[in-house]
Amino acid sequence: MTLLAVERIKLFSTRSPWWCMALAIALTVGMASLIAANTGDQFPLNVAVTQSFTDFGMVVIMVMAALAATTEYRFGTIRATFLAVPSRTGALVAKATVVALLAGVVGEVVAFGSWGISKLIKPNVDLAINSTAEWRNVAGTGLVFMIAALLAVAVGILIRQTAGAVAILLVYTMLVENLIGLIPTLGQKIQRWLPFMHANNFRTADGAPVTDGPGAGSQLDFPFGPWGSLAYFAAIGVGLLVVALVVAKRRDA
Amino acid sequence: MIEAAGLTKHYGTTVAVDDLSFTVEAGRVTGFLGPNGAGKSTTMRMILGLDTPNKGRALIDGKPYVELKRPLGTVGALLDAKWVHPNRSARSHLRWLAKSNHISYQRVDEVLEMVGLTAVAHRNAGGFSLGMAQRLGIAGALLGDPSVLLFDEPVNGLDPEGIVWIRQFMHRLAGEGRTVLVSSHLLSEMAQTAQDLIVIGRGKLIAQTSTDQFIKDATEDSVRVRSPHADKLRELLDGSAAVTDDAVDGALVVHGMDPASIGELAAANGVVLHELSPTRGSLEEAFMQLTKESVEYHGA
Repeated sequence: MTLLAVERIKLFSTRSPWWCMALAIALTVGMASLIAANTGDQFPLNVAVTQSFTDFGMVVIMVMAALAATTEYRFGTIRATFLAVPSRTGALVAKATVVALLAGVVGEVVAFGSWGISKLIKPNVDLAINSTAEWRNVAGTGLVFMIAALLAVAVGILIRQTAGAVAILLVYTMLVENLIGLIPTLGQKIQRWLPFMHANNFRTADGAPVTDGPGAGSQLDFPFGPWGSLAYFAAIGVGLLVVALVVAKRRDA
Repeated sequence: MIEAAGLTKHYGTTVAVDDLSFTVEAGRVTGFLGPNGAGKSTTMRMILGLDTPNKGRALIDGKPYVELKRPLGTVGALLDAKWVHPNRSARSHLRWLAKSNHISYQRVDEVLEMVGLTAVAHRNAGGFSLGMAQRLGIAGALLGDPSVLLFDEPVNGLDPEGIVWIRQFMHRLAGEGRTVLVSSHLLSEMAQTAQDLIVIGRGKLIAQTSTDQFIKDATEDSVRVRSPHADKLRELLDGSAAVTDDAVDGALVVHGMDPASIGELAAANGVVLHELSPTRGSLEEAFMQLTKESVEYHGA
């Protein structure tokens, strides 16, 4: 608990996490309102459509999570941390936990905020969250954000430099996973094992067809159902964090 | 007490610290002296468990740093005053440190008062001058009221007032029975600060001794003598002292004989003296003499 409190003080005593959180929420909810306002007979609004832009918020939160690790290396406070807490694993696990919990909260705010503003803009459209698929689609966002944040903290610890870590995360999540699908036949075989495709499968399987975001329009033959996909995504996030912890323990600080 | 035994650290093929062993006693200020790049910082990082030695080990009060339960309560370290987040206030910086070692926030305000930063505690550390940053670093080192303190080049870049303040501060800490290890590349600074010296060059131990003894051994006393009968004097001195010529003005420089004896010898033999002056080698010269073999980077 002490270590969690330490990381909480560190995270909230600088301004950049606040900015990242505000940006993640404002961008996503703002885009959701634009989408809702422009739906009509040709592009009908439903629960899934309100969630079209949540991946955008996720990317911003991943940047925040990576920064939580890389700024410590940039300013040398990681050494001050290891002097105060010689158990590096404990200190870094606490950091990842605090960041992931925060990401989870932001994820829920983003999801229900997008849904709520759509309901406000189009009060006559039925946006009731009824099916389990719809609940997964909206409320599942927090879980996806949490795991994405763990993954981003791990990349931050491994790369140690803000520019490098952020570039890798942005290029990978926004380009690589989608572009791999362009390789004929083989592309989709690879894609069905990629982590963010599974994050998307968790939130959209068995529901309304996806109209935007990663995996949009593609019909990947996923090896798991929605909860299996979430477990797979979580295993990759935690696995990468374990690798980062081992590396940080062995490396000179 | 700090004990280093056979500490060795390689970076690729470069040996930064080479089989270094020494002890730092409590109740004294011990200077850790060596030219830039001698391995002082690397050694301190190994003592603090930040870098892992390739061989050997360092113990603090008999334990490796990483095994200390509340490390800030045993060891306070200031390795780099810039190890703070520039957008975090001085007080927040000390508060997370305090929290990590179960130290009260009241103690945070105490150490801020001690180093004179109370008035600027709410300001972001990024806006601090080097002197203020050093004070914040010292406040962090004192947070847990530790019995062992390590400072890496604490006076670098400080104004004279700051230097005097740090020097007195370290004497007070040692006077309270604490172990104080402070590194520097300036012997003149160490001569005024440290009672004991550990001198290293190229990662190897050159000397561990008291500062007085080191200066006595390292600086050689000599006597300048000018005489119209220089040749006769040289013959008289031959055998009992070493005589060299000053290349600039042709005076004799006599080593190993005090001025009184030289004067008496000259008078007894009717040699006229125009000058008889004792000179003391400068500290920096002596230091350079000792470490010149082991300076890693030097100008052509």
